[in-house]
Amino acid sequence: MAADEVISVSDLRVVLGGREVIRGLSFNVRRGEIVGLVGASGSGKTVLLRTMLGLLPKTSGVVEIMGVRLEHATALQSRRVGERCGMMFQQGALFSSLTLRENVEFPMREYLHGSDAMYADVALAKLAMVGLTDADADKLPSEISGGMTKRVAIARALALDPDILFLDEPTSGLDPIAAGEIDRLIRTLQRVLNLTVFMVTHDLNSLKSVCSRILALYDGRIIAQGAMGDMLAFDHPWLRAYFQGERGKAAQLS
Amino acid sequence: MAVGPTLRSSSSPGGAVLSASGDWTGAHAADLERLSQAAFAPEGKLTIDIESVGRLDTFGVWALERLQRCATEAGVEARIAIPRDARADLFAGVEKALSRQRRQIARGDTLANWLEGIGLSTRAFAVDFAAFLDLVGRLTFCFWQGLRSPSRLRLRSAIHHLDRTGLRATPIIALMCFLIGCILAQQGFFHFQRFGATNYVVDLVTILVLREIGVLLVTIMVAGRSGSAYTAEIGSMKMREEIDALRTMGLDPIEYLILPRILALIVAAPLLTIIGNGAALYGAGVVAATYGDMSPAVYLERLHEAASHIDLEVGLIKAPVMAFVIGAVAALEGMKVQGSAESLGLGATASVVRSIFFVIVLDGIFAVLFAAVGM
Repeated sequence: MAADEVISVSDLRVVLGGREVIRGLSFNVRRGEIVGLVGASGSGKTVLLRTMLGLLPKTSGVVEIMGVRLEHATALQSRRVGERCGMMFQQGALFSSLTLRENVEFPMREYLHGSDAMYADVALAKLAMVGLTDADADKLPSEISGGMTKRVAIARALALDPDILFLDEPTSGLDPIAAGEIDRLIRTLQRVLNLTVFMVTHDLNSLKSVCSRILALYDGRIIAQGAMGDMLAFDHPWLRAYFQGERGKAAQLS
Repeated sequence: MAVGPTLRSSSSPGGAVLSASGDWTGAHAADLERLSQAAFAPEGKLTIDIESVGRLDTFGVWALERLQRCATEAGVEARIAIPRDARADLFAGVEKALSRQRRQIARGDTLANWLEGIGLSTRAFAVDFAAFLDLVGRLTFCFWQGLRSPSRLRLRSAIHHLDRTGLRATPIIALMCFLIGCILAQQGFFHFQRFGATNYVVDLVTILVLREIGVLLVTIMVAGRSGSAYTAEIGSMKMREEIDALRTMGLDPIEYLILPRILALIVAAPLLTIIGNGAALYGAGVVAATYGDMSPAVYLERLHEAASHIDLEVGLIKAPVMAFVIGAVAALEGMKVQGSAESLGLGATASVVRSIFFVIVLDGIFAVLFAAVGM
């Protein structure tokens, strides 16, 4: 595994309930890249993401995150990987009985050795970075809107200043303006914190404006990868439908 | 490879210089805190030089920023020399965010908080009571409409719940009542023996079981078993907006969710009480035969003399009323659940605690009532 590769997946297979969902795929992600994973519903995007994070068991193949194979990792190693990776779940997965600030503080309390004042300051700073005000910080997750939930989920994923950020559909269910803000946020954070971002998305606009590389998943395999412009060159019916449909064209033009 | 953060002070013509080096990252949080409170000579200018800092993240920026702030508060004109590279972006992003929050968390004084707590819980009690009356009214109305057009009573759902709360509770309730019957009889024989009153043990057990113990045991078990389940079900439906979905379809959650459950409880409780009574008296009979030297025939004869249908009625009249209160409290606590997992847990706890409390209060009220009418 090359020095600047932070994620490396090779020949990964996942069988769930007798069905082969991921059918032997390999790719690498280099430090500082923003990689977007696209695919039809049911093509295995979320399964791939969850398998990479060790939330689902894989059938065969190798997943290395920062040079560590999670299934061979010692408790200390997997804790270290957990510290260096942030994950934003599709529904936010905020802890419902903690306030937004406490949600962001939670990983800090687990991993760092600072004081409450430090956690509070940095948590409020992270919330401000994703565009929340101090007045919002003491709300409970049930009291905020869907867009805010996504922002807070990103803030929590960023709590420990991770090296890799995994995002599961960061802009789904948001209006175009909020989605655009999230895109800008991801770009800014990537630049400022030098993150590597791996995101599952359906949003053609964020693919175009945020991602440095796109992986297209179809039927459990990667059928194409490259920049947005390259996607049009591949001759695959699903890819053509996806990127040259009306929405795809609109995104290309914009 | 990981080097802890350090600060080195030196002086230059332009004033004091603090040179930061090492990794200023969250992994060294404790060191960062220590360094951010470094002492300064309170004079002149201070430059914080971060040129030789290795890795830097939000926590490092926080520490450097706090260092600068402390210096400024101490009367030193401090600034951070930010190199023109990616770190500048980090500073810009984090500093802007940090500068926005200079907020003290207000703490009221203890007495006021205490009084406020009392006031709030008093109001919450009044609100709860009003909500209870409101629910009773709605249930009555709903039931009345159901009597006029029986399809609205949702009997299929009620029977499903009757199976869950009644039939499936039978084994545990029978076992529990059997054991309590055994214990009552054993205690009776043990203590009455001393003054030769073992004949009255059967009277004691019969009256206690039929009038009080049977129905209390059953309703407490129902509150713990079904009341909590109702609260959890209704509460999680509330959390997942299923109840709102019903409302927007123009359907009444009381008719669909609450009334069938309460009807099931009202039917199940007297039936379970009969089973519980039987099991307890059977248990007492077993102890009488094995421990109290009373043959089953004698026990049955005494039982026949001691038990009156009034005792049985007293128990059975109480059961549906208590079941109604258990169901209503459970539904009410379920509807109060907010978005968080914690509020669901609080609701389930409150449901069980309150309904058992109300069952016992009701039992007392019934005792007075029955005494007044000579039952």
